[in-house]
Amino acid sequence: MIVSAAEDLSVFGTDPWWLVCVKAVFVFAFLMVFVLVSIVMERKVVAWMQRRVGPNRHGPWGLLQSLADGVKLMLKEDLIVKGSDKVVFLLAPVVAAIPAFMAFAVIPFGPADHQISIFGERTTMQLTDLPVGILYILATASVGIYGIVLAGWSSNSPYPLLGGLRSTAQMISYEIAMGLSFAAVFIYSGSMSTSEIVNSQDERWFAVLLPVSFIVYIIAMVGETNRAPFDLPEAEGELVGGFNTEYSSIKFAMFMLAEYVNMVTVSAVATTLFLGGWRAPWPISGVWEGANHGWWPMLWFTLKLQLLIFLFIWLRGTLPRMRYDQFMKLGWKVLIPVSMVWLLLVATVRALRNDGYDFQEITLYVAGGVFAVLLVSLLVDYLREKGDKEEEAARSLAPQEQFDPMAGGFPVPPLPGQTLPPVPRRKPRSERQLVPAAAESLNDTVSVDNTAVKETDGA
Amino acid sequence: MILTAEANGFLSPNGVEIVFLLVGVVTLGAAVITVTTRQLVHAALWLVVALGGLAVEYLLLTAEFIAWVQVLIYVGSVVVLLLFGLMLTRAPIGRSPDADSENRWVALAVALAAAATLVTVVADAFRSTWIDLDRSVQGSPEVTGESLFRHWVLPFEALSVLLLAALVGAITLSRRRGADDAPASPKQER
Repeated sequence: MIVSAAEDLSVFGTDPWWLVCVKAVFVFAFLMVFVLVSIVMERKVVAWMQRRVGPNRHGPWGLLQSLADGVKLMLKEDLIVKGSDKVVFLLAPVVAAIPAFMAFAVIPFGPADHQISIFGERTTMQLTDLPVGILYILATASVGIYGIVLAGWSSNSPYPLLGGLRSTAQMISYEIAMGLSFAAVFIYSGSMSTSEIVNSQDERWFAVLLPVSFIVYIIAMVGETNRAPFDLPEAEGELVGGFNTEYSSIKFAMFMLAEYVNMVTVSAVATTLFLGGWRAPWPISGVWEGANHGWWPMLWFTLKLQLLIFLFIWLRGTLPRMRYDQFMKLGWKVLIPVSMVWLLLVATVRALRNDGYDFQEITLYVAGGVFAVLLVSLLVDYLREKGDKEEEAARSLAPQEQFDPMAGGFPVPPLPGQTLPPVPRRKPRSERQLVPAAAESLNDTVSVDNTAVKETDGA
Repeated sequence: MILTAEANGFLSPNGVEIVFLLVGVVTLGAAVITVTTRQLVHAALWLVVALGGLAVEYLLLTAEFIAWVQVLIYVGSVVVLLLFGLMLTRAPIGRSPDADSENRWVALAVALAAAATLVTVVADAFRSTWIDLDRSVQGSPEVTGESLFRHWVLPFEALSVLLLAALVGAITLSRRRGADDAPASPKQER
């Protein structure tokens, strides 16, 4: 069924120069329009999810809202922080924005066999393709981190620095899970070029064949783009605005642009790798022969992209922000081990198939392996839980460490093992008004400590 | 594929060779600034330029797999981790006068010795062989993988053991002495 076809990328790189320019401009315009549309869509959809109206002042149904936003941002005062590292401060937004656009060069909008003609020139619906296309996408994405890190550092201000630090740790940890989920796709497609990967999803999408990789990638892509519920670098409750606190005007707009372009890019990668790229979804491709020819593939591609953007918005509208340690735990202790075991499984199945074992034998081996792993993990979990409980018991027996809420002269949260002193609680109003005399006897049932009692006594 | 230099004179370079040399000069310059600048974060950024220059050199030699891996690993992870470490400890804006270990001359001597060894070894190994870049792709994933896992497996595995040793060594060094009896906090182990 799945035979890795010999790579033939000779159809790429034959376009005349003007066609290359046209395609590059098209990709740029596509991304910009997509970003403008998704900003309006995000605000509208989130508003509907919260039972609000959303933007409705600019254009019909508020459709021109993002244009208004853009113009407003450009007319704002362009601040440059005095104590900043000026060169890096100016460079950071540019470094954030450019790689976001670059990755889209290898995304296929349509089949690679000269289906369409532009001004009489038969050509492919893809700017270019590389034998290592996905590696190129990963590399550009990792360069994009610099924009955020340097923005945080060069602002010379603590909150942006913390935001920059968070985003660095976040992107590096989630890139590993992302790369591992890609590796499973490479094993099945036998190629790292995007057009070949779409070609090898002829019969079924990789999302169906490799569901674990798909789920890991979806989680990792949300983490990689710093979007809710993983938008810790710009957690406004903790870090003011995060890495972009000190930025204003067009530089701030560049960061926003980079974020949304990144969203579109990772969605396009998800579409290409797991959702069949430009291929028509199943019922349509079954009944309509021409669905995968001519200009139609671009429609399916855009639709899938739009659905993934909707997924991003849906997540943002639904989920609260994660705590930072939970987020790191998810990345390092769940996603990476799961995708490693899964990659091992996929590689084993592939190797068995290459050696000519038939399906039943493979199922047997795989089922056996899965059960063994599950058993071991359950056992380990059980033992560890027991150990944890014993530790917990030992800790509760041990004398409590005294917690000083003003240690070092400023308020600090309790460390592990320390407990907060009980917070003085005021009694419910009804009890205070109705039975003031019974305050003493209620002390046992309602958690009231001395200060509260004094308060009621005085009142 | 590999020809001798006789057919290709050194005095009539083609475009790729000129670009190769220019990028090499930029890379060398960035590397020198990396070790001489007094601004810590700028040093890391010049290191990015140097490593990126190397990636461009690989691309010019048509080794695109190695080039993008270079960008992904060194530019995208190693230097980012370096910046991460700098910012966790201190990352002052402007010059840091204490960023000088006062081993300048020793470092220079070691650097020159290493460079001399590498240049002699590489020049001696290849002598007058010439790679024809137009005829066949030398650096595709297939070619790289085949030569790496067929002819160079042992050095490859030895390198991975070296990396493991470095990892273990870093953990051992970063653990404070006397912390052995107390359980290490999870952050240190990570």
